[in-house]
Amino acid sequence: MARPSLLLAASTAEPSPPTKISAQGISAWYGPIRALENVCLEIPSNRVTALIGPSGCGKTTFLRCLNRLNDTIPGARVTGTIRLDGVDIMGQYIDVAELRTRVGMVFQKPNPFPKSVFENVAYGPRIHGLAHSRAELSVIVESALRHAGLWDEVKDRLASPGTALSGGQQQRLCIARAIATQPEVLLMDEPAAALDPIATSLIEALIDDLRESYTIVVVTHSMQQAARISQHTAFLDHGRLVEVGETTEIFSTPREKQTEDYITGKIG
Amino acid sequence: MPGSLILSTLLFAAAAFFLGRAAARPFGTGARSRPVYHGALLALWVALPGLAVTVAWALAQPALLDRLLLAGLPAGSVDAIGTGGRALVLAQIHALAEGRALPHLDAVIVEAGARLSRWREIGRLALFATVAATLLVSFLVARTRITPRLHARAAVERALTVGLVVCASVALLTTVALLVALLRETVEFFRLVPPAEFLFGTNWDPQVAFRSDQIAGTGAFGAASVFAGTLLVAAIAMAVAVPLGLLIAIHLVEYARPGTRAWAKPALEILAGVPTVAYFFAALLAVAPAIQHAGRALGLVVSPNSALAVGLVTGIMILPLVSSLADDALRAVPQDLRQASLAVGATRAETVLHVLLPAAMPGILGGVLLALSRAVGETMIVLMAAGLVATISLDPLGTTTTVTVQIATLLAVDAPFDDPRTLAAYALGLTLFVVTFGLNLLALRLVRRASRTDAS
Amino acid sequence: MTSLPPPDVRRDARRRRRRAVDVWLRRLGAGAVVFALGLAGLMLTAIIVASLPALTQTTVRVDFEIDPTLVSATDPAAGDFRAIVARGAAALFPDAPPAEASAAQRILTPAATRILRQEVLRNPDLIGRRLALAVPAAGPYDQLARDHVDRQAPETRRQLDDADIARFDRLTADGRVARSLNFGLLFNGDSRFPEVAGLAGAITGSAMALAICLAICLPIGIATAILMVEFAPRNRLTVVIEANVNNLAAVPPILYGLLGLAVFITCFGLPRSSPLVAGMVLALMTLPTVVIATSLALRRVPMAIREAGFAVGASRYQVVLHHVLPLALPGILTGAIAAISQALGEAAPLLLIGMNAFVTSVPHGVTEAATTLPTQILLWSESPQPGFVARAAAAILVLLASLVALNGIAVLLRHRAERRR
Repeated sequence: MARPSLLLAASTAEPSPPTKISAQGISAWYGPIRALENVCLEIPSNRVTALIGPSGCGKTTFLRCLNRLNDTIPGARVTGTIRLDGVDIMGQYIDVAELRTRVGMVFQKPNPFPKSVFENVAYGPRIHGLAHSRAELSVIVESALRHAGLWDEVKDRLASPGTALSGGQQQRLCIARAIATQPEVLLMDEPAAALDPIATSLIEALIDDLRESYTIVVVTHSMQQAARISQHTAFLDHGRLVEVGETTEIFSTPREKQTEDYITGKIG
Repeated sequence: MPGSLILSTLLFAAAAFFLGRAAARPFGTGARSRPVYHGALLALWVALPGLAVTVAWALAQPALLDRLLLAGLPAGSVDAIGTGGRALVLAQIHALAEGRALPHLDAVIVEAGARLSRWREIGRLALFATVAATLLVSFLVARTRITPRLHARAAVERALTVGLVVCASVALLTTVALLVALLRETVEFFRLVPPAEFLFGTNWDPQVAFRSDQIAGTGAFGAASVFAGTLLVAAIAMAVAVPLGLLIAIHLVEYARPGTRAWAKPALEILAGVPTVAYFFAALLAVAPAIQHAGRALGLVVSPNSALAVGLVTGIMILPLVSSLADDALRAVPQDLRQASLAVGATRAETVLHVLLPAAMPGILGGVLLALSRAVGETMIVLMAAGLVATISLDPLGTTTTVTVQIATLLAVDAPFDDPRTLAAYALGLTLFVVTFGLNLLALRLVRRASRTDAS
Repeated sequence: MTSLPPPDVRRDARRRRRRAVDVWLRRLGAGAVVFALGLAGLMLTAIIVASLPALTQTTVRVDFEIDPTLVSATDPAAGDFRAIVARGAAALFPDAPPAEASAAQRILTPAATRILRQEVLRNPDLIGRRLALAVPAAGPYDQLARDHVDRQAPETRRQLDDADIARFDRLTADGRVARSLNFGLLFNGDSRFPEVAGLAGAITGSAMALAICLAICLPIGIATAILMVEFAPRNRLTVVIEANVNNLAAVPPILYGLLGLAVFITCFGLPRSSPLVAGMVLALMTLPTVVIATSLALRRVPMAIREAGFAVGASRYQVVLHHVLPLALPGILTGAIAAISQALGEAAPLLLIGMNAFVTSVPHGVTEAATTLPTQILLWSESPQPGFVARAAAAILVLLASLVALNGIAVLLRHRAERRR
């Protein structure tokens, strides 16, 4: 087995430096269009890191670099190094399927599979062989749904289709689906963008809870949301990283003029 | 003759157009419609009655003359010879009237021939006079109505709408005519051969049944073996086309580089456009002998035109259909689902097998059913490649026959239209229609449901 | 959950297996693509190889004396060309006994008389002179000239005996035998003899049938689609027509043959085997294709275009004719391309209306008996003589070439229509 095993590296990595993911000199192109330019960003472990910036600034592109989902877009190209627990995940020989097991993702629009609620959550554990019996699978599904705060709402209709749930419930189902494979990192691409305020506050509370167990990267449009849920904030504009730091600092005493203008609503 | 009349009517109508337009010019801006519409309306008013008279006359005259001719023959000379004989007599008279010399004919018939050609001459002149009168009268009447107050555009557009409806009804009429033709002949056929006999009988030998003038009902029209052959060929074809087509679709949608897709997709489309005869010929020329050789090498006796060869080639023929419909269905699956699956760490294969295929299944099934319907309907391939032996056998190495082949063979002999063999072809045709209709209905419903779920 | 489970051997094996499935699915798919296209390529190659013998023809140069006593200048059509051919053939072997004259004539195609007759009728000045004509060799000698005859095989198992072969070899030595491109394949009518059989009748028949088919199905199909999309969207009639068209699109082609036989031939009394009936049957068959393609193209024209037209006071017809149809033209042409391919290549329904008749003359009108390319291919491929299979293969190539050419023209038209908008 010539490929470096992520699992081995992960198990030997020291937890003491709080950096979970370290991205160095990331540039990305969609065909001839440059979406990211030399972005360097450290993402601390067990924190919520918010990526903010005007639309089209490359937030989502950066997020999708972290689980190499850009690979699936024809014509997309990414350069630079990204280390997850010290292991480069950009290499040609990385098993992207395994990487994505460790780096889960929740999308902007809820996208449950056209299957039952149970099957939606069980899909990941099943393909990764996390359960050896139906009973074990049920335990995993239940705990994922509980973690996502959805269990009480759906425990009586696990067999009904996931697409029949409300928008907010669908998004929490997608979160449950993502955490059911026991990832270490959760990427969230504007997870509340398609939801109403009540569902949004539920999701935000959930993100805060999940911080205990996961490293979370959230892309968001809303400054208030970033301020509410994140400990770290990175501000991107036109594909460049403008400023990064503790959320409280960024929002109270930004170092860059550009950041201040954006936060106070002058641009974006 | 009607051709030249129609042409002159159209020329006259063109003239009416220019006259009408010229007549409306002086109205100026006070008119409700522009002069073009006045011209068009006048042309329509002239052309339609003229064409109607011509067509009605051309349709009615031959039948009318034939009836008059038969009535004019001496009593008793045709009554005894039955329908076939009457048709023969008429054909002889027609040939005479067209100036062909036929030997050994009755004087009565020769005289009738002369009479027919005389009548035709009269008919021609009368038609010409009638059409000319119609054109003139309708022109004069219509011309008086060209006034500034006439809403010519609305009238022309109403006429156009009627034209559109007439055109649209052609499709409806086709279906009706198809059904009527199939049903009428089939009912006729079932009067000779009981339906149960036809559907479940296993002895198919239409040529023998009528050689000895025996009346049917002896089991020579048991079509079950023909159906079995069709099913066998279709099953082999599906066994080839469905797995291959699915694999190709999966590969082109999920795996292939854009470059590969750019040439493989058009290549498959070209394959879909290759005429069936080319496939038939290839089956006869290359595939059937190759299978026979392979069978011999394995110690099997393979008939030179095995159902296997036929099914294989039919399968290759419908393969592009399956792959392109499966391709459409797979690509219609929202990108979200694909990414959701990849994001939980599924491999491409798992994404395809567990998420994409189930989501695309209605569309794929619809495509498979359409392909099956095509395979059943297109098994004419056997006409060339397979034999014509109808036996119930599921041996893919033996010869076989199919519904379409039997239709073509039954009608290949130039039998009279009320011959049971001709009728049997229509009965087989009706069966084919019912089966493919059912398959299509199901397929379209599935495909439609698939596209509805995509939209939601 | 922050600490990972220790690396698990079982999980590692599972990972490898999952990756293997992925690789295999990819390989299977690539294999299927290669297999399908390769098999199609093989079939095409087989057809091309089979057609090679039909592309050239062995000819024998014969000197014919057009004797004015046998062919009178006043009425050349009544001349005794048979005798002239017999003499010409005998003259090939001046020293042979007269008894062998008929054997010498068998080297030439039996159609030699007809060829000579045509030649003289076209050019009556030839009467009284000598005409050197390259006459196609009869089938068995054509095979011999191509070395397809095993000279070592016992005489009884050959079509030609040793004397026949010797005679032909002498002609070869005399320099009378040549192999030339077989233009007759395109310019001759059908024949019982493969060496002079050609596609002129079938090509003419197909062209006539196609012209009639398009003249009927394009206007009617486009009108139907316009009614459905522009004038009566979503009323009951439209729904019925649309369902009906979808259903017709999937009716097996052979049933249109049954329809044509029952309605056009038996009921209307139109002539059997005529391009007229063939064109009408093909028109009904291709009508759904045109309707579906056109309505698709019309529906794709943005609503805003129509509203803009209505806003300046144009009537519905003016909007459709001036704005919607021009925009939909490329899509309509796509439908026409599909209809052409369908109509030109279809054989099954034409068999039922007698388009597989044996017709030697090239049709001059749409009501004369004719064949079409696909039915001619069927006819020839079922003939036992070896020359016909090669000709059927060549006919398929002609059919494919004309399909490609017609498609090319239509694609060009579509490009121009797309550029204009």
